[in-house]
Amino acid sequence: MKRLVFLMPVLLFLALAFWFAKGLSRDPRYIPSMLIDRPAPDFVLPPIAGPMEGLSSSDFQGQVSMLNIFGSWCASCEIEHPVLMAIAREGVAPIYGLNWKDAPGAGAEWLRGRGDPYAKIGDDAAGRVAIDFGVTGAPETFIIDAAGRVRHKHVGPVTMDEWRHVLKPMIEDLNDAPLDP
Amino acid sequence: MAVMTAEIGQFLLIFAWLAGLFQGAFPLVGAQVGDQALIRAARPAALVQFALVLAAFGALTYAHATSDFSVRNVFENSHTAKPFIYKLTGVWGNHEGSMLLWSLILAAFGAAVAVKGRASPLTARALGIQGLIAVAFLGFIIFTSNPFSRLFPAPADGQDLNPLLQDPGLIIHPPFLYLGYVGFSVAFSYAVAGLISGRIDEAWAREARPWALSAWVFLTIGIALGSWWAYYELGWGGFWAWDPVENASFMPWLAGTALIHSMRALEVRGAFKAWTTLLAILAFSLSLIGTFLVRSGVLTSVHAFATDPARGLFILVILGVFIGGALMLFALRGPSLQPSGGFQPVSREGGLLLNNVIMVSACATVFVGTFYPLFVDVISGEKLSVGAPYFNLVFLPFMAVALVIISPAAALAWKRGSIKDALNRVAPAAIAAAALGGIALWISWPKNIAAALGVGLAVWTGGGALVDFSQRARLFEGRALSRFAGLPRSYVAMTIGHVGFAIVAIGVIGAGAFKSETIAYAREGDVVSVGGFDVKLTSVSEAQGPNYASEFASFEVSRDGKPLAPMTAERRFYPVRGMQTTEAAIATDLTGDLYLTIGDYNADRGWVVRAWRHPLTVWMWIGAALIALGGVFGLGGERRHAPRAAAIGAGVKAA
Repeated sequence: MKRLVFLMPVLLFLALAFWFAKGLSRDPRYIPSMLIDRPAPDFVLPPIAGPMEGLSSSDFQGQVSMLNIFGSWCASCEIEHPVLMAIAREGVAPIYGLNWKDAPGAGAEWLRGRGDPYAKIGDDAAGRVAIDFGVTGAPETFIIDAAGRVRHKHVGPVTMDEWRHVLKPMIEDLNDAPLDP
Repeated sequence: MAVMTAEIGQFLLIFAWLAGLFQGAFPLVGAQVGDQALIRAARPAALVQFALVLAAFGALTYAHATSDFSVRNVFENSHTAKPFIYKLTGVWGNHEGSMLLWSLILAAFGAAVAVKGRASPLTARALGIQGLIAVAFLGFIIFTSNPFSRLFPAPADGQDLNPLLQDPGLIIHPPFLYLGYVGFSVAFSYAVAGLISGRIDEAWAREARPWALSAWVFLTIGIALGSWWAYYELGWGGFWAWDPVENASFMPWLAGTALIHSMRALEVRGAFKAWTTLLAILAFSLSLIGTFLVRSGVLTSVHAFATDPARGLFILVILGVFIGGALMLFALRGPSLQPSGGFQPVSREGGLLLNNVIMVSACATVFVGTFYPLFVDVISGEKLSVGAPYFNLVFLPFMAVALVIISPAAALAWKRGSIKDALNRVAPAAIAAAALGGIALWISWPKNIAAALGVGLAVWTGGGALVDFSQRARLFEGRALSRFAGLPRSYVAMTIGHVGFAIVAIGVIGAGAFKSETIAYAREGDVVSVGGFDVKLTSVSEAQGPNYASEFASFEVSRDGKPLAPMTAERRFYPVRGMQTTEAAIATDLTGDLYLTIGDYNADRGWVVRAWRHPLTVWMWIGAALIALGGVFGLGGERRHAPRAAAIGAGVKAA
């Protein structure tokens, strides 16, 4: 019995190491293959404050766009925010916002102080839409093509480097590509 | 000369790896077969390994200082226009360099043990384990994270360091954190050495405790600096976000806190032998897992360096070998460890055990919250995240319980105590706690009731420690000063540490629950009000920094009509990385901080000005400094007989 108690830590650790090894084989920076090149999940979300517009999946039709998951509670979003402002100024593609699990009004308040890079914002207070998108944390950014299909997922704050070298070229390619099924 | 620096650094690393191999093999084999010559090889091997890693670190520093962009690591993280001090700190502001710093600190601790450790098979074995850890991590650097790799042709200029990392706080935060993480390797090595020798006893604790304590002090300082950096640099006054990387530094701290408490019981009473050994293994294991977390890409976070699964696999193997090996040894040898003396449940030992239960449980909740998303993902493929609300909900109650029991538990006698006596001793603190908690409740009613109760508990803890201390020192009778000097250092250390903990609690409650915030558009001349302060934006000007452009906003500040010193907030734009940073204007006094930032300009409405009142924030830093100071006091060991010995020594000298 006593021996068993002393054996517990190493057994627990082995179980843990197993999970870590499993976790390693999965790359958190890529979207689950489920969603790649599939249509974005359907949703209709209310706006985060009275006079603004809400966001629905039909907004993704017609032009290449980005969907950015953010929350006023999210530290990394604070870091990402100026980059999104700069990207919005470039006007390459609209950025839609998904205000994730925020208290009522908190997202609008947060943006009021910092500037609003988003073309439209949906209020996902319950987090349902984020789950459909397979969001693991905020911030995350999706690139969605003109047919409303998810083409790329970026986990963590977008930096200017990644914008210039990864996201922007990808959007430009999608803009050039013909709209085939 | 400069051309060769990177290659020299590379060779030095390989030689250091070989020295680590000797340091690992000789003493472990020597102690096993009883060969004194092999045992004695441990010390010089550790010193040589340290010298070699130091020289390699110097080579990388030289490449950064001279902006040698033919070295990839310099190209990716530096820029000619970057201020010189950040060229130096940029050495560890990236994955490869920070691993080299990690190894340097590991080697430094090894050298310190070689110099200060008592010559014994136990110390030799501990040095051997240190050598093996060095072999693993130097191997990790050489094979997966070479900081000396070259670029051909050499680019004209570099990509600059992430501007958030170009900050005085970041000069010292990572080194302290690593001193903490890596420092626990010594306690780990002693634990493994003790298990091999089959001797974990009072003498073992005397040998290992200063190392565990110094690591814990460094980690305390490192975490506080990181929190302070987040507070003033990220631009909204948050000091703790339960980010995975913050948790990674916090878990070893919680385990380390349990460890230094149980080591005390082991040193004085011979209790908790197996448990202390396990905690020593745990503290370093959690440090390693913290490293694993950041480097492997298993969890992503703001702080994460470039992630790479190959590195993750290498680190996972290191984890498996060291943690798995140590725990296996524990499973084999642990059952034969017998306590030297018994104790009643109500006793100082019992109190220390209670501390351990609380700290380890708190650590477990943080662990579960940090890794839960990974577990769920692996099991079901479902993605989710665990946020601050979970951590606050499950972690804070443990701290509340700690605040309830610290002062009576610390007043208990060793071996057999009485709860009644202990409570009598600290009773005056209850009156102070009720009074101040009542005032806090009155101010904050009906919101923040829990926070007001927290204030009462913190006063109970801090007051209890002080009351007990003043009674033991009989502060209010004659000759208090000499009695004060005669108190055991460990007792002084404990008092300072517990008072520091109570003060941190008050700071966290103040800054977390009682803050107020105003956001407004303002033009020059407009006034923004927050928490009794009136802040007038007087002017906004532009200026050029070395590698950034700045906007300065000047404010006139008054409180209840009385003018205070003017403040200046800054916003920087770093063109190379295309990033903005906020340099908040912060005015601090003992009641709290006034925290101002300037945001975007809107042609119609003016500048976005954000003003916060963060009450009591400064007490978090003061409290953390006290906790660390308590640890430093505890390092001295017992001194009860020291004055006499010193007097004799002085007499001899005089004669």
